[in-house]
Amino acid sequence: MKRTYLLLTLTLILGLLAACAPQSASPSESPRVLTVMTHDSFAASEGLIAQFEAEHNVTVSFIRSGDTGSALNQAILSRENPLADVFYGVDNTFLTRALQAGIFESYSSPLLEVIPAEFIVDPQHYALPVDYGDVCINYDKAYFEEHDLAVPASLEELTQPEYAGLLVTENPATSSPGLAFLLATIANFGEEGYLDYWRDLADNGLVVVGDWETAYYTNFSGSSGQGPQPMVVSYGSSPAAEVYFAETPPDEAPTASIIGPNTCFRQIEFVGILNGTPNRDLAEAFVDFMLSVPFQEDIPLQMFVFPVNTEAALPKVFIDSVQVPDQPATLAIDVIDASRGDWIEAWMQTVLE
Amino acid sequence: MLTVHNIEKTYEGKPLLRKVSFDVARDETICLLGPSGSGKSTLLRIIAGLENAEAGQILWAGQDLARVPAHERGFGLMFQDYALFPHRTVAENIAFGLRMQNRPKAEIQARVKTALETITMTAFADRKVTELSGGEQQRVALARALAPEPRLLMLDEPLGALDRTLREQLGRELRRILRETRIPAIYVTHDQEEAYAIADRLLLLHHGVILQSGEPHEFYHHPRNAWVARFFGLGNLIEGTVTGKAPLTVDTPLGLIQGCCESQPLSRGQKTTLLFRPAQAVQDTDNSPNRITGKVIDQVFQGEHYRVTLHINEEAMYFHVMLQKPVRIDEAITVGYDPDDVLCLENEEEME
Amino acid sequence: MALKSQLGSLFKNPTWRAALFWLLPAAFLGYFFYQPLLALFELLISPEWGFDLSTLNWRRVWSPLEFTIGQASLSTLLTLIIGLPGAWLFAKFEFPGKQTLKMLTTLPFILPTVVVAAGFNALLGPRGWVNLGLMALFDLNAPPIQFLNTFGAILVAHVFYNTTIIIRVVSNAWTRQNIRLQHAAAVLGATPWQTFKEVTFPLLRPSILAATLLVFLFNFTSFGVVLMLGGPQFSTLEVEIYIQALHMLNLPLAAVLSILQLLCTLVITIGHNRLSGRRDRTLAPGSPEVGVRIPKRGLERLVVILLVVSLFALLVSPLAALAARSFVKLEADRGERGEIQRGLTLDYYRELGFNRRGSLFYVPPIAAAWNSLMFAGITILITLFLGLLVAYGLRQRTALNAILDPLLMLPLGASAITLGLGFIIVFNRPPFSNFRFPILLPIAHSLVALPFVVRTLGPALQSIPVSLRNAARVLGASPGRVWREIDLPLLAPAILVGGIFALTISLGEFGATTFLTRPEYPTLPVAIFRYISQPGALNYGQALAMSTILMTVSAAGILLIEHLHLPGKDLF
Repeated sequence: MKRTYLLLTLTLILGLLAACAPQSASPSESPRVLTVMTHDSFAASEGLIAQFEAEHNVTVSFIRSGDTGSALNQAILSRENPLADVFYGVDNTFLTRALQAGIFESYSSPLLEVIPAEFIVDPQHYALPVDYGDVCINYDKAYFEEHDLAVPASLEELTQPEYAGLLVTENPATSSPGLAFLLATIANFGEEGYLDYWRDLADNGLVVVGDWETAYYTNFSGSSGQGPQPMVVSYGSSPAAEVYFAETPPDEAPTASIIGPNTCFRQIEFVGILNGTPNRDLAEAFVDFMLSVPFQEDIPLQMFVFPVNTEAALPKVFIDSVQVPDQPATLAIDVIDASRGDWIEAWMQTVLE
Repeated sequence: MLTVHNIEKTYEGKPLLRKVSFDVARDETICLLGPSGSGKSTLLRIIAGLENAEAGQILWAGQDLARVPAHERGFGLMFQDYALFPHRTVAENIAFGLRMQNRPKAEIQARVKTALETITMTAFADRKVTELSGGEQQRVALARALAPEPRLLMLDEPLGALDRTLREQLGRELRRILRETRIPAIYVTHDQEEAYAIADRLLLLHHGVILQSGEPHEFYHHPRNAWVARFFGLGNLIEGTVTGKAPLTVDTPLGLIQGCCESQPLSRGQKTTLLFRPAQAVQDTDNSPNRITGKVIDQVFQGEHYRVTLHINEEAMYFHVMLQKPVRIDEAITVGYDPDDVLCLENEEEME
Repeated sequence: MALKSQLGSLFKNPTWRAALFWLLPAAFLGYFFYQPLLALFELLISPEWGFDLSTLNWRRVWSPLEFTIGQASLSTLLTLIIGLPGAWLFAKFEFPGKQTLKMLTTLPFILPTVVVAAGFNALLGPRGWVNLGLMALFDLNAPPIQFLNTFGAILVAHVFYNTTIIIRVVSNAWTRQNIRLQHAAAVLGATPWQTFKEVTFPLLRPSILAATLLVFLFNFTSFGVVLMLGGPQFSTLEVEIYIQALHMLNLPLAAVLSILQLLCTLVITIGHNRLSGRRDRTLAPGSPEVGVRIPKRGLERLVVILLVVSLFALLVSPLAALAARSFVKLEADRGERGEIQRGLTLDYYRELGFNRRGSLFYVPPIAAAWNSLMFAGITILITLFLGLLVAYGLRQRTALNAILDPLLMLPLGASAITLGLGFIIVFNRPPFSNFRFPILLPIAHSLVALPFVVRTLGPALQSIPVSLRNAARVLGASPGRVWREIDLPLLAPAILVGGIFALTISLGEFGATTFLTRPEYPTLPVAIFRYISQPGALNYGQALAMSTILMTVSAAGILLIEHLHLPGKDLF
């Protein structure tokens, strides 16, 4: 009996402490709250956000909503009654869907002027670009040196016999970089030719896994997992991450990207003010803030993507370790939206069966 | 047929059975008596092979059963808590042992039918045992143990939960079956009347040893010591000290009593216990050397006699007698005992 | 007066009694489970969302369904093959390290798949211990064991996860069997095998069936294992829902798949209930139990050792490999490709406490552990409270139970994604949107844990004989007192098992959590996933370190519950 009471007391204490548990949000006496909905990869410096909060006398509350698809679904499902004021995280592969669902309000931010036209995909400014990254094939430098192999310079070369079994990619149906790579091949070979290419790749010992974590940490030889494949479909910024997050910083990055024309696919991420927000003014301020130099300069080391604002400087590790393709593969967002399903189906039939 | 030889067993560190030995001849029913916790059920389990003794042997027809597992011994055991299979019907429970013997189906059915008739539960054949009352479960357990015709039958309190009529009826049935089948049987009970009725021999288990063994009338007439007398409820037991030897005189709270001694010779100054059987009390006491006076506090008519309880005030003790003629409550009466009827019993030895 | 007697007689009716017990739990389920689901389906199965039965891609419905049933059946069968001997081991024998091993076999249940994948990789991957060892031993060039991305990996991982359910549920029932029954059978001539076949096994059947049902449902709705360990060529319903909802943004098809999954769950549950029939009253407490013993010399001891070693190898070694990796330097020097990692380090643990980038969303490990435990605690309270009510309701003999019981089990078959999206629709308004504290999170956990708790409490409750309660009432105990003095102590072991299940389910839940979590209350699995979804040795190492912390916290939680020694027989 005593122990039962002990248990009850413990639970009570637990509940009380829960109420007092430390919260990273600032004190709740601010008059207004701005809610920002993002996907799970969003990150920013604490100091930067605090600065914004102080300047505008507002508390910024973040809702992190899973991966890109998940977050977008939630935004669309809740459009009658938006969960937040601002939504960040839709990318160019999903942009059409977001625009069609009418979840955004248009906002022509003054900062759009310092953003190159190639990123302003929505001319009506419902969705504004914030950052971009490339999905590229990373390769393990040491492996190629050891085996005296030349690094392939183009997608076509990957079908050659000396690279048999050396590439691992992800299923485009279940993985965002996997989908991006598929789109790159479509941009490169066209809708008529990409399936033949994939057939050749499959014949050449292509390894396909379900998700990026498995590909990178189980299969890739250049990561901590030290797997069998020296080439993996990953992000262009991954080499920088390998340097930044190394236990003992190496002189140069152990991996690099293949950046021939149309070998990398460019992903652009957008922010938008959610339709029906009661805090339009604050939302505008936040969007401006996201496009401003301080935030844009914070982006690379927080999210490992590139800022769109040309005035933002890049950190040294990015400059040293990341190769930016001159001609990344791109496809029109409407085309992607219309054909994505069919492309993935066709790919699955070609490669998986 | 069965020889139990020097069985020893401890329970939670303390000795339970110490060098228990006895035989059961073919065609003999022995009754194992003893207080609760004396190890009777454990002893049965050891004989059945369900538990191991720490020392000693079990022999059947001279052959050591140490290597024979329980399911090959061919013994029957009826458990005190019945242990019926809850997921089976009455008929299936009874049939179990027969199935294990691989008897043909028709034979099994016939035997089950007979068994059900014996315990007068024919209508219950397809009932789930979980729906039965205590008495009904007990009967099924009995039938289940009997059905496979074991070569030794062990019954642990087989009639305990039954009412008097059923008990007598089934008791008779049991005796008949045992007589007819002539299999050796060990019967555990705490009810002496039952024991007297069914046993060829009684064994009294106490403090881990067989204290006394013999035919029922021996226990009644010649209990081995005071404890046996007390256990069998043979009568009033009064403690005293021996003061004289011829005639044997004992100084008791009731005064100086003359008795006679059966079991062991007693010496002057030795403590002893005197047994006064209620039936041997003499109502008209002019000639008795032993007289006991007390106040009647209770009187129960029992057909052949009156069972009277006396209260002996000075000693604050109760004394039971059986009288032919009634007396009145609160009346002070005196009863007498012939010295030959007063047994001087040895007190229980101190155990090591 | 008349009303009171009317109410009194109402209460005597088992259907009304059951309804009274079911009131709160049914309301809970209805509000927090059925409401969001129905709202979601109603929304999506409409032309507005482009739903058109005729153009539906049925191929992506039947093919996953077929595979799901196939892999779930096979996985469950294998789990039984490993788990039943394991249950036997824990039910009958006492051996050194028994409690530790039991706790260790439960840990897999808690780990998010992404971590389990890393563990298996550390053990069986191309550069895992086993392959490296074999390569060194036999002088091979390429790793001989191809484990990941195979059907075998799915099966092994499922066994790894779910064996603990079989072990805990079945060994609990096994130890409580009345030993006299086995004695009776032996005396009546049954060999040990016949005793098992005729007596022990039939009496174990209800608990085996219950455990099998739970394992099957878990395998049926398995997501991470199929995705990460099986690879792209395998797709279950759950994976397909994920693809359609989050990658194809084809919500109507996802909804159809969800409905199908729920229907299957319903069918399976009803099938199970039919099979188990009316629950037998197995045992009156106080009867001597089978109990545990030290294995006898010779064959018995050998078998026990073999089983312990097998369980350890299968269930514990991936965890050990994982934990070991968190203490070992992950980077061989560049250029030295064949080297096994050298050097022990605590760097990854230190790094956990360090907010290297000043990130707003940095998760301090202690905060994450605390949050995880707190949510688990709330889940335990909710499920035990509601579970007891349901168990009492199920005890009544009424047809109402045949309907309500399967409905209770459905959350086990619901996709976390559909549930999460349903929550968005329904609970995206005050009062829920006003809370800083994500109360929906433990509620979601409770939905999944409740069937477990009910399945463990139910049989225990059945076995309390009415006569005990009556005896207490006659002796003057009020109904409340009767419950406290009779029911509660006799239920105590089952409450423990239920509590442990609730704890482990809550600690390891990841799917719904990603939808419902708030950044102010990060949990351990969410934090782990954050680290492992980025490149870099420190990230990988931190993920492993955080996973080891999760394992330690869980182990502590399990041991704490087991040592609470609620009054009643101690069976663990």
